[in-house]
Amino acid sequence: MAGTASGGSRRSRLAPYLLVAPGILWLLVFFVVPTLTLAQTSVTGTEGPWWEAYHRALSNYGTHFFRSLRYALGATLLSLAMGYPLAYFIAFRAGSLKNMLLGLVVLPFFTTFLVRTFAWKTILNDGGPAVWLLKQLHILGEGGRLLDTTIAVVGGLTYNFLPFMILPIYVSLEKIDRRLVEAAEDLYSTPMGAFRKVVLPLSLPGVFAGSLLTFIPATGDFINAQLLGSPNQQMIGTVIQNQFLEVRDYPLAASLSFVLMAVITVGVLAYARVLGTEELA
Amino acid sequence: MPLTHVSNTPAAPTAADPSRAESREPVITLEHVVKRFGSYLAVQEAHFAIGRGEFFSMLGPSGCGKTTTLRMIAGFEQPTEGRIVLDGKDVSRVPPYRRNVNTVFQHYALFPHMSVADNVAFGPRSQKVGAEETSRRVDQLLTVVKLAQFADRKPGQLSGGQQQRVALARALANYPQALLLDEPLGALDLKLRQAMQIELKRIQREVGITFIYVTHDQEEALTMSDRIAVMNEGRVEQIGTPQEIYHSPASVFVANFIGVANLIPAVVEHANGTDATVVVAGSRRMAVPAGAWPPRPGAAATVMVRPERLRLTSQAPADGRGVPVTVEHAVFQGPVVRCTLRAADGTGIVAHVGPEQSLPALEPGLPLWIGWDLDAGRLLPPDTVGADAQPFVKADLRHTMGRASLPRL
Ligand SMILES: Nc1ncnc2c1ncn2[C@@H]1O[C@H](COP(=O)(O)OP(=O)(O)OP(=O)(O)O)[C@@H](O)[C@H]1O
Ligand SMILES: [Mg+2]
Repeated sequence: MAGTASGGSRRSRLAPYLLVAPGILWLLVFFVVPTLTLAQTSVTGTEGPWWEAYHRALSNYGTHFFRSLRYALGATLLSLAMGYPLAYFIAFRAGSLKNMLLGLVVLPFFTTFLVRTFAWKTILNDGGPAVWLLKQLHILGEGGRLLDTTIAVVGGLTYNFLPFMILPIYVSLEKIDRRLVEAAEDLYSTPMGAFRKVVLPLSLPGVFAGSLLTFIPATGDFINAQLLGSPNQQMIGTVIQNQFLEVRDYPLAASLSFVLMAVITVGVLAYARVLGTEELA
Repeated sequence: MPLTHVSNTPAAPTAADPSRAESREPVITLEHVVKRFGSYLAVQEAHFAIGRGEFFSMLGPSGCGKTTTLRMIAGFEQPTEGRIVLDGKDVSRVPPYRRNVNTVFQHYALFPHMSVADNVAFGPRSQKVGAEETSRRVDQLLTVVKLAQFADRKPGQLSGGQQQRVALARALANYPQALLLDEPLGALDLKLRQAMQIELKRIQREVGITFIYVTHDQEEALTMSDRIAVMNEGRVEQIGTPQEIYHSPASVFVANFIGVANLIPAVVEHANGTDATVVVAGSRRMAVPAGAWPPRPGAAATVMVRPERLRLTSQAPADGRGVPVTVEHAVFQGPVVRCTLRAADGTGIVAHVGPEQSLPALEPGLPLWIGWDLDAGRLLPPDTVGADAQPFVKADLRHTMGRASLPRL
């Protein structure tokens, strides 16, 4: 009988592992295995040494990498600048409108990414309303365009990823106990001081999550640059897509993907460090 | 009329004001303060002064407006009418961050992302008192609340009682003119609560700052306060020392809310300012001190006697202050026997019978007399407010206990 008893306790000790097993399995099959395959592709199938594809990736596509990072950073900063005040308003001031406003933030997701970006193409078109208006205001010159410019691509990225910035910030703001703000004001902080010393630090986890959710997919994005930009605005995602689907240079495409992953990982770690130390101060 | 009196409460006259509190210089004065939320009257005619260094409690049932009053003093709410004067200056429209009072919140509201020391330093830093002075105050206050060794911890790593003390230190570090405490011990268990009551009292003596203390626990208010304001449905019913509130309640509500009160219906026969003669139980004529309530002949009234002041006798008391009753039941409680009795008109009476009273066995149905000393009785206005004003525990017991009431359990 002792055997059954110990069997029971062994089962209960295994329970947590059994609970995470489906998730682990999913990641193994759909993430780890493809990544390993990709890694293998990146170092085989070329004539030269194993790093030949990486060499080509770094020497020929440096500008694309830097452009992608710049655009993604721009889109992230713009999203933050627009998203934080909006999330703050929804969390602290919207009152009974809160749920409706949150609904509006999520509403664009009801149409697909592709269709929405195409809609932007229509809006920014040479004969479209945006160009017409800017020309009327003499902001844009006679031959001026919006489409195929950096503004269009960064704008499109910002538009597409803005909800991913707003929602995590909203959640972290929503969680803040309003009495903390009262306590700060009771302790001689002006409303602005209370925001700076209490609300902002406590919402940093949301800012961090929102920035990652915007920056990472924006860096690898290939739709916005393709639809709203010219070859001069080409981002690394477009190059990878092109190499995989058109040129079919698989080793190059795979090595470009790994370089992108490495760059993003380094960037994220650096960012985490900055925000992390700020939180401790 | 001195500010320490409560005005505009015709059903609740004020007891004589304590000379002790009157002699203090007032630090906070509420002048005819009214607060409405929409059409709802949350506080009506709060009109009193709180002296420097005083431990002033606001006591009352849930929803009576204690927190609202405190929040008006702190500056989180503005009075709809009236003025709040802090140290001679009208602060009714001054935001909280420019008032030199600090609050200890019921759920502490400690900043979770800051260490204990940074929490305590928050106020002095906002006021720009300088780094050296700030760290001196932090050390001083953390020593006062006995948490010096926890200075580097985050609030989340402290127990409830420790967090409570951090909140106290954080508020005191600003050397405020008054400290506002909204049920600061409400979240603690009984043992810790009692320990913290003593601790709070010690700290208040040590720093000598005015404490305005909100509670709905009458025992807490009685043991800690210099003066208590008893509130009911937005009105201040009485302000006085714990002794005055207990021995000379101004209304049936106050008598009921603090301790156990026997409330014997009576009719005023004649009255002359401080003394009155009333008729109790249909025919018993007796003298009762009238307190501040001016009774008119022929008016209905209530005679209040505390259970420990009642004497039980087999014969009618010689001084005439007696009512015939029968025993309903008696419960031995150690120091006293708690005896439930009923008068002929159905009025329920509770007496705490000490061992010095030699009585026959208190069997149900035994006829007895209750009597009391002249100064043990108080003449109060009749209970016009009715059962609604009673805390619900008492209301529930009314049908079994007649007009007597029990302390909250
Ligand atoms: N912001 C508000 N808006 C509307 N009504 C309010 C508001 N704040 C308080 N009230 C009402 O005012 C009344 C008094 O509330 P208050 O919080 O002062 O009671 P309290 O005496 O502190 O009670 P408790 O012991 O339960 O804390 C309550 O009926 C409450 O519903
Ligand atoms: Mg309250």
